[in-house]
Amino acid sequence: MKDKLTMAVNWAGACGGCDVSILDIEDKIFSITKIADIIYWPVAMDFKRKDLAALEPDSIDITLFNGMIRNSEHLEDAKLLREKSKVMVAFGSCAHLGGIPGMANFTDRQGIFDVSYITSPSTGNPDGTLPLTRVDAGGRDLTLPEFHDQVRALDRVVDVDYYVPGCPPPFNVIMKTIEVVSAVHEGEELPAKGSVIADRNALCGDCPRKDTVRPGLMENVVRPHEKMIDPDTCFLEQGIICMGPFTRGGCGHLCIEANMPCRGCFGPAEKQYDQGTEALSAFGSVVSAGRDDYVPRGEMLRPVNKVKDPLGTFYRFSLPSAIINRNMKEGK
Amino acid sequence: MSGKITISPITRLEGHGKIDIMLDDDGNVSDSYFQVVELRGFEKFCQGRPVEELPRIMPKICGVCPGAHHMASSKACDAVYNVQIPPAAENLRRLFYNAHMSHSHMLHFFALAAPDFIPGYDAKPEKRNILGLIEKLGMETGKEVMKIRGYAQKIQAMIAGHAIHPVGSIPGGLSKPLKSAELDEIRTMADDIKAFAGTALQLFKDHILSDSRYADMIMSEMYRHETYYMGMVDKNGKVNFYDGDIRVTDPEGNLFAAFEPGEYLDHIDEHVEPWTYLKFPYLKNVGWRGRTDGPDSGVYRVNSLARLNVADGMATELAQKEYEEFYSFFDSPVVHNTLAFHWARLIENLYAAEEIVNLASDPDTAGKDVRNIPAETPAEGVGVVEAPRGTLFHHYITDENGMVKDVNLIVATVQNNAGMDMAVRRAAKNLIKNGASDDAVLNRIEMAFRAFDPCLACATHAGPGEMPLEVVFHCNGRVERRIRRG
Repeated sequence: MKDKLTMAVNWAGACGGCDVSILDIEDKIFSITKIADIIYWPVAMDFKRKDLAALEPDSIDITLFNGMIRNSEHLEDAKLLREKSKVMVAFGSCAHLGGIPGMANFTDRQGIFDVSYITSPSTGNPDGTLPLTRVDAGGRDLTLPEFHDQVRALDRVVDVDYYVPGCPPPFNVIMKTIEVVSAVHEGEELPAKGSVIADRNALCGDCPRKDTVRPGLMENVVRPHEKMIDPDTCFLEQGIICMGPFTRGGCGHLCIEANMPCRGCFGPAEKQYDQGTEALSAFGSVVSAGRDDYVPRGEMLRPVNKVKDPLGTFYRFSLPSAIINRNMKEGK
Repeated sequence: MSGKITISPITRLEGHGKIDIMLDDDGNVSDSYFQVVELRGFEKFCQGRPVEELPRIMPKICGVCPGAHHMASSKACDAVYNVQIPPAAENLRRLFYNAHMSHSHMLHFFALAAPDFIPGYDAKPEKRNILGLIEKLGMETGKEVMKIRGYAQKIQAMIAGHAIHPVGSIPGGLSKPLKSAELDEIRTMADDIKAFAGTALQLFKDHILSDSRYADMIMSEMYRHETYYMGMVDKNGKVNFYDGDIRVTDPEGNLFAAFEPGEYLDHIDEHVEPWTYLKFPYLKNVGWRGRTDGPDSGVYRVNSLARLNVADGMATELAQKEYEEFYSFFDSPVVHNTLAFHWARLIENLYAAEEIVNLASDPDTAGKDVRNIPAETPAEGVGVVEAPRGTLFHHYITDENGMVKDVNLIVATVQNNAGMDMAVRRAAKNLIKNGASDDAVLNRIEMAFRAFDPCLACATHAGPGEMPLEVVFHCNGRVERRIRRG
């Protein structure tokens, strides 16, 4: 057993929910502070980035890094913290897979700037002013980080040791993460590099509704607001798209207990390669008119075409980590 | 020595930001810039999504006030489908929402704001946080803060699945009713939340207001700006977080405008500057005159103090008493003192707690009918709530299948952009003389915008989203010194 560990919690392109989820473990946070000094946590503490830069390489035992990489400052922070940290953990869906803001990868910097600063109905910007990385303010420079064209997950820019899934990581997953921190502290055996700190299997495995699943095709697709949802029956049996079969378990079925279908924030299960593609392929095959005799292709496509937004449905949290994850640009 | 001070990252607030302070040849402050250095693009990437999914996507704008985005989004969806929600769903959403306000206000006051007063702005940085606060007030108070805020989070989770990223509110109502055992538990927690809301106000009065050093700061010109204010009121003109009309008052406290959520574009416009990713909303009918206050400038402020200023009072008994005490302390019908946002926040916290108690015992809340299936063709809708940090607008336009064509968001913190920028400049001008600055001085500058409880995560929905603080001293075009936090 070593002396106390040093630990950092950082946010990059994030909403703050990962940080709040750590606060929400309430007094369990003392089981972290008992074995580790948190030396850097911008949302909660007054420590400075320059102190971080002055540290020797590998002098932080473990860093929990949340948020995605959207601009030059996120990238610098990721590289700096990687250099200073022995163990780098991608914490939460954004760092793990790119997350919800990763849906912006169907567009680029220009597309986002246009909507935010030019076409928004409440924006009066006749000169078409856009934010610039460098502006002269009376002889002195004002600088902004450079906004990238794409969102990237943490492992696309630095080496990552572990992944903690979830948007945000729920209580039980944070407890498992503390076990990893504790194993570092005690010098115990650690999970294999690259492990995702959650279940191995898909969410359906221990779903409270799993006994209601019947074999056969999905006859129709309906949207959650279009029908009264039975609180005990599998969503797919009710015609509602649920990402449970394509999503790693371990969240505690929070959305399903709230009578809402899974949207996939834990990313793919252990043996699944690409969450969105797996889902797209499976729904393409199982959504049909519910007949096992011959169905003309046109008729078969009718129900599956009710999924109007395959990107936002199947790749909601994972687009930046998907096999196919860009828009085609003309001439490129 | 002319120069520039940069404070970055700004700490103890939600998101990423930076302050640049320009010094003249004598080392006094000539100008300052409050910069937000991030953007994420929600308005763009929500295009093409089914509108009923937005109440699950929009909360990801902000993990500190996801409940506000969840509610504004569901209300915008109700409007898109022109669907009324059943009374039980209405009560449950209000119950959820008051719990949300309570969690956020407690988090801000105890974890982010109060350490500037307890132990104090001149305390060492390693003590100027919630742990230093707990050391001063005692472990019992610390545990109570955690327990009560935990209750507020739990109530939201019971109603909508999860406190940080709620999922239960959908067009037409809620995905499920509450079980009677859950409601019993909420009633028990509600009484404790209400009792602690009173305790929090007492702590403010005992440790901050009765300390002449802090009372003087609250009253000082350094932390004061005469601006317009915006906030939502119920049909009796009382503060309401969930629903109502929007009011704007002028710097004298007179009613300037009153409008329904759907009319917001007639009243608000946003200005773009090239040195920040954050826009500057202003009152269209006054006009943009730059980052300045007074009756000729369209700059307005939102958040707790603004809500109290535009309203005729509070809808609950104990909060109303506190409201009256607040205005008699300042001896004015409109309060411009920026540090008074903290006090106003605690009065609102008491109102939220009383509402939680009332709603938890209202028979409608126990109703099992919580959804209406939308029947009309979807088109366009605006949903507005008072987020913890101010008025929050969600505006959606869809095609006839309910697929999103356009989204426009005006979030709470953005509307305080000019207010925060001015507050920082005035504080800096008063505090930095002849180039002198030290940690306590910089922290007192940070206090100016911390009073707004700025959530830069929220503010950066449109583009990049982040905010620790950096102050850079510029001297003859070179960076002389850089103080960064975070």
